[in-house]
Amino acid sequence: MEVLLLLILLPPLAGAVLNGIFGRRFPQAVVSAVACTTAGLSLLFALLTAWTFAHLPTEPAPYVHSYFTWIEAGAFRADFALYYDRLTLVMTVTVTLVSFLIHLYSRGYMEREGGYYRFFAYLNLFLFMMLTLVTAANYPLMFVGWEGVGLCSYLLIGFYFPRQSASDAGKKAFVVTRIGDVGFTLGVILLFWTFGSVDFQYVFTRLEALAPGYLQGSLTAVGILLFLGAVGKSAQLPLYVWLPDAMEGPTPVSALIHAATMVTAGVYMVARSHALYAHAPLALEIVAITGCVTAFFAATIALAQNDLKRLLAYSTISQLGYMFVGCGVGLFSAGIFHLMTHAFFKSLLFLAAGSVMHALSGELDLRKMGGLRHRMKTTWLTFLVATLAISGVPGLSGFFSKDAILAGAREGPLGDPRLYWLATLTAGLTAFYMFRALFMAFHGPSRVEPAQEPHVHESGGKMTHPLLALAFLSAVAGYVSLPKALRGGEWFHHYLQPVFASSEALLSSTAAPAAAHAPGGLAVMGTSVLFAGAGFLLAYLGYVKFTGLPSRLAEYFRGTYQLLVNKYYVDEVYDWLFVRPVRRGSEVFLWRIADDAAIDGLLVNGSAQATVGAGNLLRRIQSGNLRSYATWVLLGAVLWLGYILLR
Amino acid sequence: MVPLAHILALSVILFGLGAAGFVIRRNIITVFMCIELMLNAVNLAFIGFSRYLGNLDGQIFVFFVIVVAAAEAAVGLAIIIAVYRNRGSLSIDDLDSMKL
Repeated sequence: MEVLLLLILLPPLAGAVLNGIFGRRFPQAVVSAVACTTAGLSLLFALLTAWTFAHLPTEPAPYVHSYFTWIEAGAFRADFALYYDRLTLVMTVTVTLVSFLIHLYSRGYMEREGGYYRFFAYLNLFLFMMLTLVTAANYPLMFVGWEGVGLCSYLLIGFYFPRQSASDAGKKAFVVTRIGDVGFTLGVILLFWTFGSVDFQYVFTRLEALAPGYLQGSLTAVGILLFLGAVGKSAQLPLYVWLPDAMEGPTPVSALIHAATMVTAGVYMVARSHALYAHAPLALEIVAITGCVTAFFAATIALAQNDLKRLLAYSTISQLGYMFVGCGVGLFSAGIFHLMTHAFFKSLLFLAAGSVMHALSGELDLRKMGGLRHRMKTTWLTFLVATLAISGVPGLSGFFSKDAILAGAREGPLGDPRLYWLATLTAGLTAFYMFRALFMAFHGPSRVEPAQEPHVHESGGKMTHPLLALAFLSAVAGYVSLPKALRGGEWFHHYLQPVFASSEALLSSTAAPAAAHAPGGLAVMGTSVLFAGAGFLLAYLGYVKFTGLPSRLAEYFRGTYQLLVNKYYVDEVYDWLFVRPVRRGSEVFLWRIADDAAIDGLLVNGSAQATVGAGNLLRRIQSGNLRSYATWVLLGAVLWLGYILLR
Repeated sequence: MVPLAHILALSVILFGLGAAGFVIRRNIITVFMCIELMLNAVNLAFIGFSRYLGNLDGQIFVFFVIVVAAAEAAVGLAIIIAVYRNRGSLSIDDLDSMKL
């Protein structure tokens, strides 16, 4: 078991090293073979580990194995140790599966791009880091993965680094997430301070034995600080601004890192720390509210975006918000369930968008697409499946997972009607903007630039096969957890129960009982379907039936429309509020005053000038005139003598 | 017996003359002689103390000083001659080629 567990991690690392060092000399086929094989091996070992884990004679609560001591300083100790329970199982399988498919897709997508080997080396390294993140058995090791994926994200966003906007976007992502990471680090330090350990198993055991209400202050602080890290990583308000810009990276990267895996690390971390959050209901409420507000806020921005990838990015932010709502109301399994289904349908959306880009020579503007349905049948079909899934159309994966969250927001331990209604409204918005994108890109008359028109083509099999696989997963992944209302067994929920049961029970016992008049599961479902249907209908009316309508509406609600198109001017406000003052402070104070004047002027040149000046003064004594020397000697002797005598 | 104070007074006067001459005079040979004068003023003080304390150490010291002074005179005069041949001058103010 311990070997298998390690074997999940190692192939991508080996692939990254191999491609990173020798990839330059390999032909493309070898590079992609190495990368895809290692990703495939990782998937294989993840499945094997899952199988072995399920067939252990007695299932350990978590399986933990320490490979070697990594850091030891006084009482602080962090091992290179891996942690495997049902949550890890779900995460490793999801991550390796999506990642493997995206590796396959990238073979075709990156064919004509420069830096083929570099791309695959980063992608493999990313997979290794992501797996480290989800299998780590203590916070410091998790932080290694956490920062590792951040690094890969930075490298891949800036993959087309000769383009100024790409390298800027990479920097932005790095700096913004770093703000959250400060919170994460402080949270871990505070946790160590409270428990004297950063080991998951030790801390969680202590927490489960802890009577409710004890250590409330510290635990709430830890919870909020850790969540700050998640806010940065998972692009929630107010630190979401890096994710839309991250779309500068190649599309497979957007699909893998900025939709399916890395950005969900925050959700995973909150779910992993469930024992802690169970003792800090206030922190959980903050998680839920932040998630819900972000979900709504990002969805409204997505309504008016014309750049396909940016629209999907805002949609990702919005869906991540849903996951946090799921965790925040105390139904961690619902959050993880949505994480999994979202990984499938959102990466599918991105990959399909990549396929469209491929056909249109990189065109991303929805206004310059249209009518692609006839010429890109597979892409259209898969995009349609993903759109149906994300919109929550009954029968597809997104419906079940979103419904679990909505039901949780209504009936979960920390549920609140306001959260529920805002989330439901967001579901309607989601359906609208997704169908809007679908209709604008694939339906209606073609608005493709005449010069591009003859080149429009369906992508090759290398790209369409992973699309089909993901479409299949997006369609059926929801059936692992049929809701009770539909006579389902909620298998997924029950499967994760051993992990989360204690925390959910604790939360239910301490929190105020949820509203008694909560509608049953069917009512929640019906409402969300109603909202999604309304969203679809509006999109259909606006972008298929009466195509002139949206522009007239935009004219009518000019102010609101401008606000949405310009993303609430958040970037501008941040620029004005943070970037500029920091820049000015750096230029005027740090550069001109602190560096130029104080360090360079006073310390460096100052000490040199002091030496020169002193030398100039002392030089005058060396006149070469013997008698003046004698006078000095005499004077010195007399003064010395006088001093001795008069002492 | 001559009191110690008198001997010391003479020594101070001689030393003062030597020091003043060293500072004021320009001719190297005169300066050189002033140095000898100061040395001998010190010798005088040594002998005065030696007699006053009834201890011969001071007088032994004086012999050493006289020997060293003789050697110094030999070397010093040789240097002065070399300088004169080189520069054609005995003025101490001309010997300032070491200054910046």
